Amino acid sequence: MGDPSEEILLDIRNLRIEATVYPPGEDPHDITIVDDVSLTLGRGRVLGLIGESGAGKSTIGLSSMGYGRGGVRITGGEVWLNGRDILKGGLDGLRGVRGREVCYVAQSAAAAFNPAHRLMDQVTEAAMKHGSADRQTVVDRAIDLFGQLGLPEPETIGQRYPHQVSGGQLQRVMTAMALASGPDLIVFDEPTTALDVTTQIDVLAAIKNAIRRTGVAALYISHDLAVVAQVSDEMMVLRHGKLVEHGETRQVIESPVDEYTQALVSVRSIKHVEKPPTTQPVLTIRGVTAAYPGTSVDVLRDVNVEVHPGQTLAVVGESGSGKSTLARVITGLLPPREGSVEFAGRTLAPEMEKRSRDDLRELQMIYQMADVAMNPRQTVRTIVGRPLEFYFGLRGAERDRRIAELLDEIEMGEGFIDRYPAELSGGQKQRVCIARALAAKPNLIICDEVTSALDPLVADGILKLLLKLQAEEKVAFLFITHDLATVRAIADSIAVMFQGEVVRYGPKSEVLSPPFDDYTDLLLSSVPEMKLGWLEDVIEHRRMESAGN
Amino acid sequence: MSPAIVKLIAQRLALGILLLLAVSVLIFVGTQLLPGDVAQAILGQSATPEALANLREELGLNDPAYVRYFDWLGGVLTGDLGTALSNGQDISEALGKRLSNTLFLAMWAAIISVPLAILLGLVAVQHRNGFIDKLISATTLTSISLPEFFIGYLLVYFVAVELQWFPSVSTVYDGMSFGDRMSAIALPCATLTLVVLAHMMRMTRAAILNVMQSAYIETAELKGLSPFRIILRHAFPNAIAPIVNVVMLNLAFLVVGVVVVEVIFVYPGMGQYLVDHVSKRDIPVVQACGMIFAAVYISLNIVADIVAIVANPRLRHPK
Repeated sequence: MGDPSEEILLDIRNLRIEATVYPPGEDPHDITIVDDVSLTLGRGRVLGLIGESGAGKSTIGLSSMGYGRGGVRITGGEVWLNGRDILKGGLDGLRGVRGREVCYVAQSAAAAFNPAHRLMDQVTEAAMKHGSADRQTVVDRAIDLFGQLGLPEPETIGQRYPHQVSGGQLQRVMTAMALASGPDLIVFDEPTTALDVTTQIDVLAAIKNAIRRTGVAALYISHDLAVVAQVSDEMMVLRHGKLVEHGETRQVIESPVDEYTQALVSVRSIKHVEKPPTTQPVLTIRGVTAAYPGTSVDVLRDVNVEVHPGQTLAVVGESGSGKSTLARVITGLLPPREGSVEFAGRTLAPEMEKRSRDDLRELQMIYQMADVAMNPRQTVRTIVGRPLEFYFGLRGAERDRRIAELLDEIEMGEGFIDRYPAELSGGQKQRVCIARALAAKPNLIICDEVTSALDPLVADGILKLLLKLQAEEKVAFLFITHDLATVRAIADSIAVMFQGEVVRYGPKSEVLSPPFDDYTDLLLSSVPEMKLGWLEDVIEHRRMESAGN
Repeated sequence: MSPAIVKLIAQRLALGILLLLAVSVLIFVGTQLLPGDVAQAILGQSATPEALANLREELGLNDPAYVRYFDWLGGVLTGDLGTALSNGQDISEALGKRLSNTLFLAMWAAIISVPLAILLGLVAVQHRNGFIDKLISATTLTSISLPEFFIGYLLVYFVAVELQWFPSVSTVYDGMSFGDRMSAIALPCATLTLVVLAHMMRMTRAAILNVMQSAYIETAELKGLSPFRIILRHAFPNAIAPIVNVVMLNLAFLVVGVVVVEVIFVYPGMGQYLVDHVSKRDIPVVQACGMIFAAVYISLNIVADIVAIVANPRLRHPK
């Protein structure tokens, strides 16, 4: 792809990658993770690798360093870098490539930095090992890079330990670490996925700037098409370890050829018309102020919101805004310091222990990590059957009939009744959690980031299911999320939270229409859009505004 | 040092003192519950009722238990451990020499075994699941599986009797040259090393392997660092807390658990002294030894806690 006259840096030919899996109840066997993938990357070019989890994009990225995570093995093909096949050089040869010709930026810099060492020691380590420069030269270069990446106090930030620096800053330090040894290629593995949107945009701009300034080539891996579109020259779409589509960025996002790419581009197709509020809310939160025991800082301050029967209130905010704490107050896990929670006209006891069994039944919860919200040693029958026994005293055939009904409602069917969680996909696990919540016949379900851990197409399916169930069962949702696209898709009303306070609240159409308050404006404008040049436009717009002030 | 660390360390020290007081009560109560009577034991078969009564009066055995406890505790706190009933010697004096002998032996066993165990652990991680790893595990596990008296006698047979490299009886006395002293303790020292090696080595291996799963180890690998540098620089510092814990437990064992080894090699340490006086029902000596063992145990564990606190960068460098 691209100009054939340009010098080729990376040339992956017929790559095949396998791993041994150990499924429960079956013999271990090998599966193919990447199947016959070839790609070339010119010097200084940025290639975006797109796909859902399990598509093999990280695996391909790491293969350019000759590395396989866990039991992953490169079993076929060649990886040519700077004119030689790096897979032929053995482990010693690879150690000469890693950290010198190719560097890696991980998804979670917070986990990828060693907690025991200062940042500067880690940033300079690869350059010191591979280069001939003395420490002071490398340190000076790192400080220069810190400044280029827009880190505060570039002279001294290197003296800190990883836990003393925020997540967005760590991600930039990791980019500086990759650039410090002057590599030809950097593998960015979802570098902004774990960040809040308002942080993501700055980190993304910093990374793009650094790439442009240094002329380094990059493999940019992400599941978020809109993000990749901002930084890449060309894109590859992967699915189930196979190449689906490859083209210039503009072509892929504006006129995708493959059906799957088209689905990815048009994801979040749900159109949900908001319902007008009713006279009698099902849940009323009145002046709630809350702090965690033993602390004096209020995590929630004077929160007032309502949820109407059969409707969805979306609570939006970034990490630390207090949205999950609100869920803890409603469920009675954290009694508020002031204020009250009213349910269908009656005031609920602040502590869960003092609530009646019926109060508990009326209010169910679905969590972000379906994995850890289910006992891995219980089958679907036990997991979904438990609330049926507990709240309705159903036993035996009667209970199984109801379980089958519920499995039908979540579009999975009876065949799953004896499966263990480990035998389900991520989307299926979340569906079982939904069935468990529905089993109690609740009036309100609190959904805490239920689609955040899922791939976009799977998440889309879950949201459609939730809307369908809401129409059928007249259940209300309090939907906690940081994702504004999800909010647009399902909410009837919205509460925007910032530092423990509701800064904007009302029907969806009002909340998402100007004039905006400063924070909502920042939040909305930070959501990546699937068009070229969006990033530059936003950054430019913000610079003009701050200059105007 | 940050105030948070000072506070945590102060808490540990206070807890340690409290624990030691609790142990002193247990030791006192425990020795009171022992069957038999000290006066009877001292006077033996020929005791007349009058003599027994006189001796009891003299030893203060007729006072209520709590009075005797506080008398004893007051003595311990001022360094007066009382006098041995069996021979009237001052316990502090007799024990001092014994304790220094035991500590000398324990120290050399520690100097050899701790670095060796950690090094073997690191090497085992580097060759994990390979031949060298299995060889290290098999050897150290064999040595821990054999009771220490058995290892001791094996060493006596092969090294002392057959090869005649070192003496089988570890006699030490004042004015002995350093070389002779080292030669005398060679076999008990080797026995102790073999006993404690496996535990520390396995724990080092497990703790480091646990850390090797971390994302930052992958980062280190993707920097192209050598395997040993990754283990030593990136894994080991994050595994210090569990390793120090098990090292301290073993050091405590070296001091407290040497009873059998000292008896085998007739080494004049605390263990020998304790065993001799238990059989004579010499309660003040037993109590004094118990307190010293408890103090060693507790203080080594406090050291382990403090090292774990100080090794944690989050506590050392708060936000």
